[in-house]
Amino acid sequence: MPLTARERMAIARQKMPERAPDVRNRDFHEVNLGYHQSLAALEADRCLQCKDSKCVGGCPVGIDIPGFLERVSAGDLKGAAELLLAANALPGITGRVCPQEEQCEQLCIRAKGKNGQPVAIGHLERFVADWARENLDIRQLVAPPTGYRVAVVGSGPAGLTCSGELARKGHDVTVFEALHQPGGVLTYGIPEFRLPNHIIDAEVDRLRQMGVKIVCNVVIGRTFTIDELLKEEGYDAVFVANGAGLPVFMNIPGENLKGVYSANEYLTRSNLMRAYEFPRFDTPIIRGERVAVVGGGNVAMDSVRTAKRLGAKEATLVYRRSRAEMPARVEEVHHAEDEGIVFELLCNPIRVLGSEDGWVRGLQCVRMELGEPDDSGRRRPVPIRGSEFVIDSDLVIMAIGTRANPLLTSTTPDLKLNKWGYIEVDEAGATSKPGVYAGGDIARGSATVILAMGDGKRAAASIDQYLRGRPPTSQR
Amino acid sequence: MFRILDARQLASDVKCFRIDAPLVARHRQPGQFVIIRLSETGERIPLTMANADRAAGTIELIVKAIGKTTRELCKKNAGDTISDVMGPLGNPTEIIKAAHAVLVGGGVGTAVIYPLAQTLRDGGSFVSAITGGRTRELVVLEAELRNVCDVVYACTDDGSYGFRGTVADKLRELIDPARRRRESSIAPERHANAGAACRPVEVVYCAGPVPMMKAIAELTRPAGIKTIVSLNPIMVDGTGMCGGCRVTIDGQAKFACVDGPEFDGHAVNFAELADRLTAYRVQEKLALDRMEHECDMAT
Repeated sequence: MPLTARERMAIARQKMPERAPDVRNRDFHEVNLGYHQSLAALEADRCLQCKDSKCVGGCPVGIDIPGFLERVSAGDLKGAAELLLAANALPGITGRVCPQEEQCEQLCIRAKGKNGQPVAIGHLERFVADWARENLDIRQLVAPPTGYRVAVVGSGPAGLTCSGELARKGHDVTVFEALHQPGGVLTYGIPEFRLPNHIIDAEVDRLRQMGVKIVCNVVIGRTFTIDELLKEEGYDAVFVANGAGLPVFMNIPGENLKGVYSANEYLTRSNLMRAYEFPRFDTPIIRGERVAVVGGGNVAMDSVRTAKRLGAKEATLVYRRSRAEMPARVEEVHHAEDEGIVFELLCNPIRVLGSEDGWVRGLQCVRMELGEPDDSGRRRPVPIRGSEFVIDSDLVIMAIGTRANPLLTSTTPDLKLNKWGYIEVDEAGATSKPGVYAGGDIARGSATVILAMGDGKRAAASIDQYLRGRPPTSQR
Repeated sequence: MFRILDARQLASDVKCFRIDAPLVARHRQPGQFVIIRLSETGERIPLTMANADRAAGTIELIVKAIGKTTRELCKKNAGDTISDVMGPLGNPTEIIKAAHAVLVGGGVGTAVIYPLAQTLRDGGSFVSAITGGRTRELVVLEAELRNVCDVVYACTDDGSYGFRGTVADKLRELIDPARRRRESSIAPERHANAGAACRPVEVVYCAGPVPMMKAIAELTRPAGIKTIVSLNPIMVDGTGMCGGCRVTIDGQAKFACVDGPEFDGHAVNFAELADRLTAYRVQEKLALDRMEHECDMAT
């Protein structure tokens, strides 16, 4: 007997089981433990199966959310997984890192009202993806070969999604990755405790099973140019998703002292190079006792929580606006608070102080207050005169964003860029160069994993359409 | 996996490797580097390519055993493999046509300037090379340089070979106008190096330890001789992503991996570069001690 709406309404949102804050903030194991089957089925029962399901409209990759939830609630995990994978090549990743509270879950009918709690779509996506990883053979979902070859530049969320979509349609896909390990920002940026590497490896393996080839250590723009891929290497189309690029610093005095990292460097050392296991792994990392991380986004949150795990007695987040303006996911902010991160809000660094031997000894800051709204619609922070103070720190991490990487674009002159140096794309993800599409941070500036994945999916559909209108290069 | 095809000992702790890396070799130009990682637990380190053979698909790296990674690499031989070789990275050297170009290499820095010689000479420059080391054994690639340069000066600090003094001492001589006037009066057939001595030095390319590059840049600054130095800061990814290799050039932060690795020597903040290179001194020592301990255990 299916549940009545009233019965569904009576079920409260099931909390994600997580490891205790004072235990988890000392290691790199995953914080969230995941639902077990009965918890998942109960949570899925909360879905009212709306005819006009608003949640789907909030999903950048258009997952049939009520459809897969219905199958979870009926215990048909295979059906749920097939439905999920039909729309999303990397559900184990998005189930962990998507800002669902701003997307599908925000639009859930059950989120309405004072005490409204949306269905935990993200947690359920993660549950189904984890089941699929162990139990589902993906090869049955791949179409017969088409003879078209596509090169994908970058193996981050946009590149992996695009290659999965194209492979499923039967195209021959090669992904070029600059680093020694696939995953892009998923691997070098997002820490193990939020997205374990074995999950990324499994998702990448699934793509390999679908026929996707991944070649590491190839820097497009240096090892090959886009023109060479199209003219000499025999690719019919290219998807450029080489990610964001150069870290931004504040341009304040003292930023080149020893003990100042960009968040990119700090996280790359810890995540990709596994410096948290030094000296078993060769890459060293500076372990501060008092660490100040500057910024308010997910990258800042990842950095400050990493610092705590690397043994910081005090790990402080320094952000120039207030909590309401923080771009980080709500769940990450809560996790950080639980783990004992200190928040210095409405506070802006003006100088990094150094010792005589060139090491950081503190971060001089000024207190801020919120003024009139700026271009972003957020109230502009303005310094309070005379409020300067020093945060004692021996490690300072700048997590204030990135700017465009010129390596690929500078060697592809006919690729039109916007004024910030990012690649211009149209609605379909097409660039100014025929056969070349782009998505993710190299087109957007900086965004989220799921938006990059949405770009990858959209570009794959456009590339598929483009290819089918012309003979494969190999047959011309 | 990248296979080492050939490994040749150049000095007791310096080795030259020829590595099978066709994709890197295909586009490599002088001045560019690779990032290598020896194994699954290895770190990523940048190494400037000394040479490449496009047809054979090989690159050459000259490595001095200093830290843990370079020591491990120098234990490798033909047939052994390296997990990862990524490149070519960095901008190619700016080739300046000059009446007289001087290449200055200290220790394995010589491997960085060596590939420029042929290109400069092909472009019509008269090319001198100054290569040096503390002692005779540390002067590397001298014979190779002689094949591609018009004149080669070998220098040793202790006078055990060639010119007694540093590479900077030798360069000071070469750019000294009084000396040039003096020596240009000697008939060429009576003076092997007369060609070099007669021509005013117009450009200096320099690679080596930071204090040496600084000394060279200070020497050429008053004379207004364009000086290009190849910098070797600590790097992780090599593609501009981490910013660890930032150096200050004319007061501006630049990333050596995407903006360099070669810069105007008169604009470089060498003191800051030298200091930043010491950031991991404690960890480097720990890694080396641990490595030696493991070696002791094994024997």
